[in-house]
Amino acid sequence: MMAKTKPPPSAPPLVAPAAISVRVLFFASVADLMGERRRNLRLTAGATVADALRDMAIDVPELAARAPHVSFAVNESFVSADAPLSNGDELAVIPPVSGG
Amino acid sequence: MIVELTSDPIDVPRLIDHVNKPSNGGICTFLGVVRDNAEGRPVVKLGYEAYESMAVAQMRAIVEEAIQRWDLDAVALSHRTGELQIGEASVAIAVGAPHRAEAFEACRYIIDTLKTRVPIWKKEFFQDGAVWVEPVSSQPSAG
Repeated sequence: MMAKTKPPPSAPPLVAPAAISVRVLFFASVADLMGERRRNLRLTAGATVADALRDMAIDVPELAARAPHVSFAVNESFVSADAPLSNGDELAVIPPVSGG
Repeated sequence: MIVELTSDPIDVPRLIDHVNKPSNGGICTFLGVVRDNAEGRPVVKLGYEAYESMAVAQMRAIVEEAIQRWDLDAVALSHRTGELQIGEASVAIAVGAPHRAEAFEACRYIIDTLKTRVPIWKKEFFQDGAVWVEPVSSQPSAG
């Protein structure tokens, strides 16, 4: 005989629902500049690639100077700086390529 | 189709075998090799770093573009990562085609396009330091 239990009151969200989390990858000269190869970034929902860069340039101001000379990829596709980011995206900061 | 990144020396005969099909009358190969100088300054070795998953995806897309454009059935593309010594192949391409013109053109298209948009970076090591090579003209764009 299962007694019907009232569902517990829903817990308040741990993070504001308007926040997204993005994984950022750095390569080559940009990895040297950042002193790391990846970081997790928490941003406001609706943030763009440019917003992510501005956020990271708070710690590393030199990144702002590099921004016009790098490309970006979200989930392995090239995007422009005004591309919007979604929760769970992988953003790569791509300095000028020199393979071959 | 062979499309790969490898930290081992590139097995060029394997790439050529892969494109040597009975319907093909020509095979064009290109090897990029490590030069001992950068505009006259002696280079002791090179290092290659890649955004591996995206690099392979871009390399595959370029090969597929070449296959479509020149109606090919056999292409192989391999790029090294890690440290390379002078004379080692950093990239190898083999294109098989019924006639030579398509093989030459497709091979050139693949290496030229790879250099503009595949996320791979080269570091030149000198006696007294090292620099990442960042060509101004190789800026990939969105889309």
